[in-house]
Amino acid sequence: MEAQAQVQARFDAAVAAEQRVEPRDWMPEAYRATLVRQIAQHAHSEIIGMQPEGNWLTRAPSLRRKAILLAKAQDEAGHGLYLYAAAETLGVDRAELTEKLVDGRQKYSSIFNYPTLTFADVGVIGWLVDGAAICNQVPLCRCSYGPYARAMVRICKEESFHQRQGYELLMTMTAGTDAQRAMVQDAVDRWWWPSLMMFGPPDGASPNSERSMAWRIKRHSNDELRQRFVDMTVPQAEHLGVLLPDPELAWNAERGSWDFGEPDWSELQQVIKGHGPCNAQRIERRRAAHEGGAWVREAASAYAAKRAAEEASGERSSG
Amino acid sequence: MSGERASWPLYEVFVRPRRGLNHVHVGSLHAADDKMALLAARDLYTRRNEGVSLWVVRSDAITASSPDEQDPFFAPSGDKVYRHPTFYPIPEDVPHI
Ligand SMILES: [Fe+2]
Ligand SMILES: [Fe+2]
Repeated sequence: MEAQAQVQARFDAAVAAEQRVEPRDWMPEAYRATLVRQIAQHAHSEIIGMQPEGNWLTRAPSLRRKAILLAKAQDEAGHGLYLYAAAETLGVDRAELTEKLVDGRQKYSSIFNYPTLTFADVGVIGWLVDGAAICNQVPLCRCSYGPYARAMVRICKEESFHQRQGYELLMTMTAGTDAQRAMVQDAVDRWWWPSLMMFGPPDGASPNSERSMAWRIKRHSNDELRQRFVDMTVPQAEHLGVLLPDPELAWNAERGSWDFGEPDWSELQQVIKGHGPCNAQRIERRRAAHEGGAWVREAASAYAAKRAAEEASGERSSG
Repeated sequence: MSGERASWPLYEVFVRPRRGLNHVHVGSLHAADDKMALLAARDLYTRRNEGVSLWVVRSDAITASSPDEQDPFFAPSGDKVYRHPTFYPIPEDVPHI
C-alpha cells in the first residue's frame, strides 16, 4: 500500500514537472485506459477518414489532383499506423482494436460520417477538417505520454500539406466559373458546422476533460480550441470569398475574437450514436476491406513460415 | 477475421536521416518477415525523403535496461564528475583550452 502511494506520487510529480511518461514506466490504470481509448479512437479516425476523400480518387479532374489526393490518403493511412503503434506500447493489440472498431465497440471522429457529394468537398475537407484536426493535434505534440506525443509530431508535420492542398484547390475553383463558386459555397455550407463539432461537446458537457488536463494529455478545453479554429478560419474564408453559414458570426473587439453561433449538439449526439448519414456505410466498408485482405495476411504468414523452415533445414544440412 | 489474431511479429524501425548521422529509432510496425518489414518501413516512415538508410529489428530481439529513472544500472556514471571537462578549473587567461 505504502509502495503504491509512493509510485503514484512519483508519477504525479513527474507529469506535473512536464516529464514524459514512457511505455515501461509505472502509470495509473485509469491513465492507461484513457490513453488507449483516445489513441485508438484517433487511429480509427485516420483510417476511416480515408473513405470520404477516397470516394473521389478515381474521379479527380486531373492527374495532378489525383496524385495529390492519393498522397494525402496514403498519409492518413500512415497516421493511423503511427497511432496504432503508439497504442500497442500500452499493451493492446492492433488486431483487437480493429475488431473493436468494426464491432462498434470503439468510436472514430463523427466528421467522417458525412458524405462527399462533389469534388469541392475534397477541398473543403482539406481546408476545414484537416484545419480543425491541426488545431486539435498541435497541443497533443506535448502530451505527457511519449509515444503518443512523438506520433503527433510526425503527423503534424504532414498535416500542413493536407490543409494547403485543400485551400489551393478551393482558390482554383473560386477563380473559375459561377457554377464552381456555387459548388464551393455549397460544400462550405455542409461542412462548417460538423467541423466545429470536431472539437467535441461544450466544456460544461465534457466531464473527463479536467482529468485529462491534469494528466497533461489534453492542454486546452474544447471551447478554447473551437474558438481558436474560428478565429483562424474567418479571414481565410474572406480571402476565398465564401460565406460561413452562421448569421451570428461577428467580430468582438472587446475579446479580440469572433463570436459565433451554437452548433446543433443534438446532431452531434445523433451522429455519435450511429445515426449520421454514412455511419453504417463507413463501418461496412472497413469490415469488407479487412475481411477482403485476410488472404493476403495469411499468404504472407505462410510464406514467412515456409522460408523460415527452409532456412532452418538448410542450416541443418550444411552444418 | 480470427486468423489475424495470430499476429505478425513487431519490428522496431531505425532511420539514418542523412549520411554522417546515426540511425535513430522512429517507431514500430508489424510484418510477416524481415523483408516485408523493410518495405513497410520505407512506405511508412520515409514518404518524404526522411532517410538514406533503414534498419528493422524484431522487437523481441532487443535487450533493454530497466525503465526506472532511478535505475542503479546507470549508477556507475553518476558519481564520476571528473569525466566532464568542467571538473577542472583552468585560469581565464590560459587560451584555447
Ligand atoms: Fe491525418
Ligand atoms: Fe490529414
